[in-house]
Amino acid sequence: MSGTFLDSTELVLNMGPQHPSTHGVLRVIVKLDGERVLGTECVIGYLHRGVEKIAENRTYTMFAPYVDRMDYVAAVSNGLGYCLAVEKLLNAEATPRAQAVRVILTELNRIGSHLLWLGTHALDIGAITPLFYCMREREYTLNIFEKYCGARLTTHAFRIGGLQYETYEGFEKEVLDFCDLFEPKVDEYEELLTGNRIWVERLTNVGILNADDCKAYGVTGPMLRAAGVKWDIRKAMPYSGYEKYDFEVPTRENGDTFDRYMVRMAEMRQSVRIVRQAVADIPAGPIMAKVPKIIKPPVGESYVSIEAPKGELGYYIVSDGSTQPYRCRVRPPSFVNLQALDKMARGSLVADLVAIIGTTDIVLGEVDR
Amino acid sequence: MSLFRKIFLVDLLQGLRVTFRTQNPKNIVTEQYPQQRPMIAERYRGAPRLNINPENGQTLCIACDLCSLACPENLIVVGWERNPETKRKDLITFTYDTSRCMFCGLCEDACPVDALELTQDFELASYSREGAIFDRQTLEEGIRPTKYRF
Ligand code: SF4
Ligand code: SF4
Repeated sequence: MSGTFLDSTELVLNMGPQHPSTHGVLRVIVKLDGERVLGTECVIGYLHRGVEKIAENRTYTMFAPYVDRMDYVAAVSNGLGYCLAVEKLLNAEATPRAQAVRVILTELNRIGSHLLWLGTHALDIGAITPLFYCMREREYTLNIFEKYCGARLTTHAFRIGGLQYETYEGFEKEVLDFCDLFEPKVDEYEELLTGNRIWVERLTNVGILNADDCKAYGVTGPMLRAAGVKWDIRKAMPYSGYEKYDFEVPTRENGDTFDRYMVRMAEMRQSVRIVRQAVADIPAGPIMAKVPKIIKPPVGESYVSIEAPKGELGYYIVSDGSTQPYRCRVRPPSFVNLQALDKMARGSLVADLVAIIGTTDIVLGEVDR
Repeated sequence: MSLFRKIFLVDLLQGLRVTFRTQNPKNIVTEQYPQQRPMIAERYRGAPRLNINPENGQTLCIACDLCSLACPENLIVVGWERNPETKRKDLITFTYDTSRCMFCGLCEDACPVDALELTQDFELASYSREGAIFDRQTLEEGIRPTKYRF
């Protein structure tokens, strides 16, 4: 924000940290001229727990549950990224069976995360009904997590080198049942929202972020794809066996809020497609690769990034040869995507600010870490 | 949007159709907790329990301290004493601070004799901070379940 003195028509307003539609404890200082947003500034850190510092004081195994608490909506993705990074340090790879199960759970988690986003985003805009439907379907994914690993939200589902738990009896059937049930539900959400004139009018040409700006800010995930850039790490740098599955990367052209909505809806369908392929072909075999009980990687560093529901999630781990990481740096998608808020919100109406915050799909646990 | 759809509010009616379709009582998914116990998965990681041998009523724990070493939050304290006759460790106290626990299950995985277990009990609320710290007796007998009256 420029200038300390305000014009007599200008107003500075604090939105948050307890505002219901900032999705947590985000505080946005907004400079307004009437209804127009002249500039915004994000104040973050209300949920800072120092996760990266905690990593330096825990062994590799012990740190795994903490990563779930960053993006708690997509805890499984976080766990996957961390495990992959440590496995790269160790020069190990999860067994084929573990990889398939990992893909299934991460994609289910992507659906769950997008559903929560859709519900709350629609709620912010004023459509209350979709929230209940989204929560209803999300419950099924959470039940699968609960049955598989014993926790619903902060799952701690994966271990370094594979999985701790074998799949439970009826796992495949339950996942397939969910796929069958879920696909028509996406049509249902689209019926509620995509054609709805209020929804369309509220979202089109709001918060435009074009491809160049996206790249300049480092924005990734559905936001980047909505601007027309076909970039998905699952395709570009496949991990955990994603190269075996056949799926598309949905993109749109305009990069406005409506396009981001459409991209996420299409992504949910693609996730179902991946899950179906993965369930049909879970290889038999051990679930845990041969990794030592006490994990002591050689001196070195590794960076692994994965496509989390919100964008590129990266883990950079430096090992000094001891049992604890020397440094663990997380590249959270929410944090980076949030930086584009000012660019998107400048010049829009204050009522659209809520839509713009919603469309970035941030989780404050991940922004602050 | 075509004029027809615009005038007759087709898009809004479509949305309403979805809403009314779900009004069918057959489709209710709400759980009636606490009147009805929710279905808890077998592997659920809830309240901890220290298992006892059903045959002789003695604890299964061999006081090896592995759970306490595995815990990232360092919240388990195992108190033991060397038994002069059998030359083995006897468990004296066992403290488990649930207020700091994140139910990650690492302690459970570390236990070599399956003495420590995270159970399906999920009602851990307590009126005081001290109530969240489980001692050996609570761990062995389980937390007293809350009785609801309706
Ligand atoms: S569940 Fe995790 S945090 Fe809780 S006592 Fe066991 S190891 Fe520690
Ligand atoms: S790991 Fe098991 S046997 Fe060892 S002290 Fe803990 S509860 Fe007892």
